[in-house]
Amino acid sequence: MILFLLKAVLILSLGLFFVPKNRKYFFTFSLHLALVVISSFLIFNTFNQVASLKFPFLSLLNNTIYIEIDKLSAFFMLVINFTCLTGIIYAKAYLEPYYKSKSSLEFALHYFSFLWLHIAMLFVVMFRDALAFLIVWEIMALTAFLLVIFENEKKETIKIGIQYLIQMHIAVVFIMIGFIWAYSQTGADFSFDGLSVYFESHNPLPLFLIFFIGFGIKAGFIPLHSWLPHAHPAAPTHVSAVMSGVIIKMGIYGILRVLTYIHHDLFNIGLFILISALVNGLIGVSLAIVQHDIKKLLAYHSIENIGIIGIGIGLGVIGLAINIPALTVLGFAGGILHILNHSLFKSLLFYTAGAVYTQTHTRNIEELGGLIKKMPKTALFFLIGALAICGLPPFNGFISEFLIYSGMFKALLSGNLQTDILLFFAISGLAIIGGLAIFCFTKVFSIVFLGTPRSDKVTHAKEASTSMILAYALIAITILLIGLLPVLFINPLIDIVSIFTKDTQAIQQAIPTLNSISISSGLFIVLIALFWLVRYWQQKRQNIRKDATWACAYTGANPAIHQYTATSYADNFVQISNQITNVKKEFKNFEEAEIFPKERTFQTHSSDKIEDYLIKTPTTFILNFLQKIGVFQTGKIQHYLLYAFAFIMMIFILTLLNLI
Amino acid sequence: MMSLFFILITAPFFVGIILKVKAKFAARKLPSILQPFYDVARLFKKGAIYSTTTSFIFKIAPLVYFVSVLMAALFIPIGSLKGFLSFNADFVYFAYLLAFGKFMMIIAAMDTGSSFEGMGANREALYSMLIEPAFFILIASLALFTDNNSFYGLFLNLHISTNLSYILGLAAIYVLMYIAMIENSRSPIDDAKTHLELTMVHEVMVLDNSGFDLALIHIATWIKFSIYGTLISNFIIQNEWPLALQIGSFFFVQMAFAGVVGLLESFRARNKLEKNPQWIIMLSAIAIVLFLTTLIITQKIILY
Repeated sequence: MILFLLKAVLILSLGLFFVPKNRKYFFTFSLHLALVVISSFLIFNTFNQVASLKFPFLSLLNNTIYIEIDKLSAFFMLVINFTCLTGIIYAKAYLEPYYKSKSSLEFALHYFSFLWLHIAMLFVVMFRDALAFLIVWEIMALTAFLLVIFENEKKETIKIGIQYLIQMHIAVVFIMIGFIWAYSQTGADFSFDGLSVYFESHNPLPLFLIFFIGFGIKAGFIPLHSWLPHAHPAAPTHVSAVMSGVIIKMGIYGILRVLTYIHHDLFNIGLFILISALVNGLIGVSLAIVQHDIKKLLAYHSIENIGIIGIGIGLGVIGLAINIPALTVLGFAGGILHILNHSLFKSLLFYTAGAVYTQTHTRNIEELGGLIKKMPKTALFFLIGALAICGLPPFNGFISEFLIYSGMFKALLSGNLQTDILLFFAISGLAIIGGLAIFCFTKVFSIVFLGTPRSDKVTHAKEASTSMILAYALIAITILLIGLLPVLFINPLIDIVSIFTKDTQAIQQAIPTLNSISISSGLFIVLIALFWLVRYWQQKRQNIRKDATWACAYTGANPAIHQYTATSYADNFVQISNQITNVKKEFKNFEEAEIFPKERTFQTHSSDKIEDYLIKTPTTFILNFLQKIGVFQTGKIQHYLLYAFAFIMMIFILTLLNLI
Repeated sequence: MMSLFFILITAPFFVGIILKVKAKFAARKLPSILQPFYDVARLFKKGAIYSTTTSFIFKIAPLVYFVSVLMAALFIPIGSLKGFLSFNADFVYFAYLLAFGKFMMIIAAMDTGSSFEGMGANREALYSMLIEPAFFILIASLALFTDNNSFYGLFLNLHISTNLSYILGLAAIYVLMYIAMIENSRSPIDDAKTHLELTMVHEVMVLDNSGFDLALIHIATWIKFSIYGTLISNFIIQNEWPLALQIGSFFFVQMAFAGVVGLLESFRARNKLEKNPQWIIMLSAIAIVLFLTTLIITQKIILY
């Protein structure tokens, strides 16, 4: 029955091309809803039983392809469904301005790709067979490509889309090599399950590294991240939210899935994940601080959060290797919960940022400001997302980071010197990442929403439409629910973590702690409300005035010009971190003879060093080389005849000299 | 509950003692020790001016800041007196709660659209980010040293008896003291008595706050001082002591801490502003030394 319904949705999706333009949204929305309902049924069943769900789906090249859903898959399906659902709700209002400029076919293709992206991601986590997995993985990459190039009238977008496509295919190659290697070495199943045979008898590290590169490109592990900060800004907002919220998590899924089959020699793997995750977190957030494009900034934050997830997972694996159950359980639990949390607050941030973009037509935060007066609801929801991403209580980001922290502090006591030093780096790394995230989001929120407008683009901004706010609210409620009542989510989490280790005692011990956190957070909110009332009561009897901002007795200040900008806010951080952030300032110094200074300009640029070295330098080198070879291609037929003649002559002479 | 009571009761006198010490060394006439108290009481009786540029962020921020500091005080034990709230890894909650308050104050300062407050806000953001690892490394060392991971457990099992642990105690007190100075934006990071907005950190952030809000911000500063004073006093108080002695030494340490802050402020010049980040990172470096010392004490590093 389920299977029939699922297949019906797949076939009905073709109908998108035949439905009239104004009905397309409704049609695709109902298909998404159907998909969510069907898969939620599967998720529900999986969490309600001990064993994983397994049934045949179809046969491909005489192989029966099974759908197999364990707790890990079910968890990812949940994340996919939620983000895709809010995405499609949000898309209605976001795509409205494009209604006239885009043809019916383009809309159909866009909705079709979005639906199939949703489907493909669900199947990615449901298939274990390598061939089927690679096919749906490829569908995922292709549909995402089609979604990114929605604004295809911009040349830049096409270029970014193609860059994305190329990098995704490099990823596929690595994953394919991984599967084929394991298959050729053992002759076991060509599937994930076949990997276990390989890992049992071989050193797992090399094969793991191959998979890590393949999945790491998708997940945006530095230095494989360079597609991410380009693709996110170019894509329409609901697509960026899904990309950042779930597509990159598919990479994490792949890594987790491969990890479930490795049971020995885990220490080096854990160490590798932990170190690359720490690098990710620190570099990701540092680069985020210097961005001016709000979506690019959020993209770098995705890299940072992948880092936090990676820290959790890396610690979990190390815990397995050296047998500290508390570290394993809390590390995995924190990392996995952070996957859900990140998909929530990041999509919320993207949606609100997208609303700002639709209203002001700019993503450059230096041109914004004062939007809280025009879009108070959007501002409030952005603030919720910002607080959550900084991991502040009582929001959800805190819960996952807290789990990771408490795992680390527990393990500190039972670990040896080696682990203690690792934990030392992890603890201070996570603390610095947290601090930098606060630095970054105080910047973004204040520059975009607070103060006074920095350009007239802000003047005509209006509050986001109702369907957008519905999408925000859905996410915000979930964020607060996780933040305030984390205990509700702990049992499914225990189920997922028990895939990796059976000893889940440490997380059960964490339940009273999480209850205390709920109480503390509740008290926090109650006290704020209480003091609000006290102040209300106090101020009712006093003279409350409104006046201009105090400018230290200087009355000529114009806040629009004199207030802080994003560049000036980031400046003191840039001064101490320019090795990473690579910010270049362009300006002309004053000369001594210049008594009346003329008009000046000041510009700053930042570039991603890793991307420069890894992608740009080699490609420019290759391009230059090819251009030199291009000299031969004159376009004159005489020359080409000459080349052919020269070639024949060369063959002739070589044959004469007995060289060939 | 008792510990919260003691923390709150010592808080109002903190700034008073600092002012008194500073006045003494400057050979000025001593203000009453209750002077800060009077100032705040006067503020509570006043109305307020809100900038036209500001939004609800500016209105809610002082409340969140104050409540976050008040909540943070709930976690702090005194000797064997348990804090009002105590759970595993509560110091993480403590640190993030304070960060939440700071987050709100920073965006509230930016909300006014004033260039001065922007300056203060972004310095505060940078400094509090840089100080974060020092606090966490310090706590990690203590957790390692005492084999415990909540504030209450940490300090209950903190027995400073061997030679190496004296180093640990002293270094920890030093780091904590300067964390307190940075958290409250005092010398050498910032100078509370300067009147040049260009070099201020915390003071300049609250230029636009008035009346009730400003009073709350002042009280939050007191409580913050008191919290860190209490943390320091926990290094000295041993839990085998009788309760009266514990409480007595708590009061003594609080007063001594306030006195030392006054002394430092009288004799130490403030840092050059651009040297501040380096100086704060230095605290993290000391915390790392502390961590290494703990590894030696717990015999994870074995010296021959």
